Amino acid sequence: MADIGTGLMVEMVAADRTVWSGEASMIIARTVDGDLGVLRGHAPLLSLLTEAAVEISTPDGVVHAAVDGGFISVADDRVSILTQHALLAEEIHIDEAKAELESAEGMPTGNEREQRIRRASSRIRAAEAAG
Amino acid sequence: MAVSLREYRARIKSTESMKKITRAMELIAASRIIKAQQRAQAAAPYARELTRAVSAVATFSNVDHPLTSEVENPTRAAVLIVTSDRGLAGAYSSSVLKESERLAERLREEGKEVVPYICGRKGEAYYRFRDRAVQQSWTGFSDQPSYDVAAEIGQTLIDAFLDDEGVDEVHVVYTRFVSMLTQEPHATRLLPLEVVEGTEAPADGEVLPLYEFEPSPERVLDGLLPQYVQSRIFYCLLQAAASELAARQKAMKSATDNAEELIKKYTRIANQARQAGITQEISEIVGGVNALADANAGAE
Repeated sequence: MADIGTGLMVEMVAADRTVWSGEASMIIARTVDGDLGVLRGHAPLLSLLTEAAVEISTPDGVVHAAVDGGFISVADDRVSILTQHALLAEEIHIDEAKAELESAEGMPTGNEREQRIRRASSRIRAAEAAG
Repeated sequence: MAVSLREYRARIKSTESMKKITRAMELIAASRIIKAQQRAQAAAPYARELTRAVSAVATFSNVDHPLTSEVENPTRAAVLIVTSDRGLAGAYSSSVLKESERLAERLREEGKEVVPYICGRKGEAYYRFRDRAVQQSWTGFSDQPSYDVAAEIGQTLIDAFLDDEGVDEVHVVYTRFVSMLTQEPHATRLLPLEVVEGTEAPADGEVLPLYEFEPSPERVLDGLLPQYVQSRIFYCLLQAAASELAARQKAMKSATDNAEELIKKYTRIANQARQAGITQEISEIVGGVNALADANAGAE
């Protein structure tokens, strides 16, 4: 599958829609093991993502998005990012995310609190990185 | 005579307003079907990529996961029945329920206890009316299901399946959307999962690449399989939603046609009654005039 193009074919798919798809030169995502950078020619990989911001460098600029966990699969310069919910930076309301973060911090400690904090802060990061 | 004419006119009027309602519902259902189909299409890439990923893991590692392992002597089977929230959709809900009864009977013959889970108010009402126990039910979304609902249902079923005291099998009964004209109720087993062992995954003849799994194949599978189950349930809900709308459109179309037929019939009868009234009046007048003329002739 030698692509004639120079980049990666990226598809970011949420459960109910395709959030973003197109050509990119680099992707930075956060897996459960740490940050992962994908360039052209990356070895086939299937990895778990955490709630974090994803950065996609395209010829027209950088696309930022926040994902709620999910997976990244890389093969033959095709990258699919699968997640239940994904938001592009321009779709994120930063004030809402901040309010969400505050309300999550007020919750009793537990897994849900952690998850909501991570989710909200990943949204804030994605929005701020783009802004 | 005049009373019955008024009665017929009233009937025509009420049938006309009913026809307006059914016509409106038909149009609403028709426009929502398009949206439902678009949603089903939008959800397809996720399901496709997820299936690819699952079959990739299944192909390159020995799949041994609680969600895929068969219980030796299954004694309890959960059945998720997907019905609609509202009626006026022809036989939509009742055919799903009939199919679920068939499945329940089969499961009972195999010696399994049936644990019902229900989507949609119609199914809930069916069980409540018969005083049968329902494990859990979800309502209020049957014609436009969201992924969050599917995720919640999926999680509940997975929890029940993984619980030792819970169920040993999970089945789903939903309506498959074949075309605008045909929707068929369909029962399928959801858990334990039968993972397609990469036999048909590379559709266009490409070979699945040799993936590395991070942090480990087991962890990846742990994350993948629940998502896979949820996405399967989402698929069932979307199919059911499209089917419900198609069934409603069809039912409302024939209701509109019937109303038209009825209006035509009543108009004919009303015209007849009116004509009969006029004829009678004329003959009464003529009879009266004749009687007067006879009386006058006799007096002269």
